[in-house]
Amino acid sequence: MNKTVNQKAWFFVTPVLILVAFNAIIPLMTVVNYSVQETFGDNTFFWAGVLWFQEVLNSSRFHEAMGRQLLFTFSILAIEIPLGVIIALAMPRKGPWVSVCLVLMAMPLLIPWNVVGAMWNIFALPDIGLLGRTLNELGFDYNFTRQIGDAWFTLLLMDVWHWTSLVVLLAYAGLVSIPDAYYQAAKIDGASNWSIFRFIQLPKMKRVLTIAILLRFMDSFNIYTEPFVLTGGGPGNSTTLLSIDLVKIALGQFDLGPAAAMSLVYFLIILLLSWVFYTLMMRDEEQ
Amino acid sequence: MAKITLSDLRHSYMPNPSNDEDWALKYLDLSWDDGGAYALLGPSGCGKTTLLNIISGLLVPSHGRILFDENDVTALAPDERRIAQVFQFPVVYDTMTVFDNLAFPLRNRGMAEPEVKARVNEIAEMTDLTPMLKQRASGLTADGKQKISLGRGLVRTDVNAILFDEPLTVIDPHLKWQLRSKLKELHQRVANTMIYVTHDQTEALTFADKVVVMNVGEVVQVGTPVELFEKPQHTFVGHFIGSPGMNVLACDINNGKAFLAGTEMKTSNKADSKSGKTEIGIRPEFISFADEGLPVEVTRVSDAGRFSVVDVMHKDLAIKLLVNEGENIPSEGAKIAMKPEQSRIYADGWLIEEASA
Repeated sequence: MNKTVNQKAWFFVTPVLILVAFNAIIPLMTVVNYSVQETFGDNTFFWAGVLWFQEVLNSSRFHEAMGRQLLFTFSILAIEIPLGVIIALAMPRKGPWVSVCLVLMAMPLLIPWNVVGAMWNIFALPDIGLLGRTLNELGFDYNFTRQIGDAWFTLLLMDVWHWTSLVVLLAYAGLVSIPDAYYQAAKIDGASNWSIFRFIQLPKMKRVLTIAILLRFMDSFNIYTEPFVLTGGGPGNSTTLLSIDLVKIALGQFDLGPAAAMSLVYFLIILLLSWVFYTLMMRDEEQ
Repeated sequence: MAKITLSDLRHSYMPNPSNDEDWALKYLDLSWDDGGAYALLGPSGCGKTTLLNIISGLLVPSHGRILFDENDVTALAPDERRIAQVFQFPVVYDTMTVFDNLAFPLRNRGMAEPEVKARVNEIAEMTDLTPMLKQRASGLTADGKQKISLGRGLVRTDVNAILFDEPLTVIDPHLKWQLRSKLKELHQRVANTMIYVTHDQTEALTFADKVVVMNVGEVVQVGTPVELFEKPQHTFVGHFIGSPGMNVLACDINNGKAFLAGTEMKTSNKADSKSGKTEIGIRPEFISFADEGLPVEVTRVSDAGRFSVVDVMHKDLAIKLLVNEGENIPSEGAKIAMKPEQSRIYADGWLIEEASA
C-alpha cells in the first residue's frame, strides 16, 4: 500500500493546533514553569526544583481541602446518580408531557453558575430567604453562614438542584433507546419490575451513566463559582474546596510557586481518578 | 398446550374507529389446532404483528375474544397466558450468560435450581447452545442470540404456543436456511403449537403446515401450501404467492362464458354476467406455447435457472408464462394455451366457487 503524501492537511490541522496551544498547552506550560521556580518580585526567578511540590503534598491545609473536596464530590455523586436514575424512570416515555418534563429538567442547567450561587445564597438566608426563614419558622435552628452542618447541607442541596437534571437527561436518553421488544420479552418471561430494571434498563443505561458519572465527577471536583458565591468557603474554612483554596493561594496571597504546584497535583488527581472510574466501569465491556 | 381460537376479533389503534381504514384488524374468526405449525403471511402493514401481539397478550383487542381451549384469555397478561415469543430483533439479557438467559423464565417462576439446570441443559442441547452456555449472551452473533430467544420459549414446560415475529430478519442469508430447518426439526421434537409471522413466502411455505394469508387487516385464505398455490381463493393470494405470481387478466362474462379480449376461454368454474369486476386467474406454470391458442407477441425472456420467465402480449394483455430450460421459444407467430382446469374466474378479487355457479 502506498500512502500519498498530502501537505494540504497542514492547512486544516494548523489552526486547531494554534488554538489548542493558546488555550491549553501554553497556559499549562506556564504553570509548569512557575511550579519549579521561586521569585522575590522584580520578575526575577530562581530554580526551586521540587520544593513546592514537597510543600504542597506535606501541607495539612492541602490535605484538609482535599478531604473536603472528596467528601463533597462523593456525596453529590451518591445522591445525584441514583436520584437522576429514579427521576428518569418516572418520566413519561410518550405523549405531550415528555417535552414539558424535558424543558423543566433542562432549566437549572441553563442558569449561569454565579447566578445559581447568588440565588441560593438569598434563598437560604435565615432572616429573609424563603428556605432559611421557613426552616427557622418550623423550629430548626438553621443558619448556613454560621453553622458548618447547615453550610454543607445548603451546598449539597444546591448542587443536587443544579446538576441532577444532567444525570436525568442522560439516563432518560439511555432509557428511551431501549426497544419495546425488550419489555415485551421480559413480560413474557415473567420478569418482576426489579428484574426489568436490573437486567434490561440498567445495562442499557450503563454507557450514558458512565458518561454522567465522569462528567459529574470532573465538574464537581473543579467546582468553584457556586460555593464561592454561596458561602465564600466559610464558615471558617469548612466549605473551602480545592479550587477555592487554590484561588486563595494564587490570587489572595500571590504565592505563584505553591499555587502552580498545587494546580498540577490537582490536575493529576482528576486525571487519575477519571481514568480509574472509566476503567472500572468499562472493565467487563471488552471480552 | 392448547387449541387457540380467535373469535370475532377486531382491533383498532384509534379510540373511535369510524371507517374501514381505521381498523388494523377488520374481522377475524380462526382456530388453530394444538401442536400445529402455522404461518401468518402477508405484506408489511397487513396486521400480522397486531394479530400476534393480541395472541401473546401484549395488546388487548378492541373487540372479540381469544380462547385457549375453552378458557377465555382475552384479559390475561402475557405471562399468565403461558405464551413464548421470539421477536424480529434478538432480545437477550446482555449482562447474563447464555445459561442464565435460558434459566431466566424458569427462575422467575420459582423453579428449583436443580430442575432449572436439567431443563436448561436439555434445551441448550436441542438448540446447539451447549458449547456457549458459560459465555456472556452479548458476545454471540445474531443467529446465536435468536437461538437464545427461542430457547427461552422452549425451556418452559407450560407453554401453550410459541410465536415468531419475523425471526429471521436480521440473520445472514446462509444461516437463515439452517435456522429455519432447526425450527422445523424442533417443532417435530417438542410438538408445540408454533405461529410464525413473515412476509417471506418461502419461509412461510417451508415452515408451516397451514398458512394464513392476510391483506389489509383481513384473512384472505387459510390453507396448506399446496392449496394456496393451486387454488388461491383471492387474486391477492395468487399474486402474492408464487414467483412470478399468478396472471390476473381482466375478462368479460357473457352467457356464463369468459372472454379474454374477445376470445372465449375455458375455465374450471363458471360465472354469471352479474358478477361485477371479473378476472381470470392462471399461474404462469400452467401456460405453455402451443400450435393452437391465443396469438401473442413475445416481449421479454428472463432466464431464471432451470426455467425462463417469458413475458408476452396478447392485444393489450400482459401475460407471463414459464418455459423449461431447453424448450423452444418461438420468435414469431407464437400462440399460447392455458390449462382450463387451472384457469379460474374471480369476481371482485374473490374466487367464484364452482358449486355456486
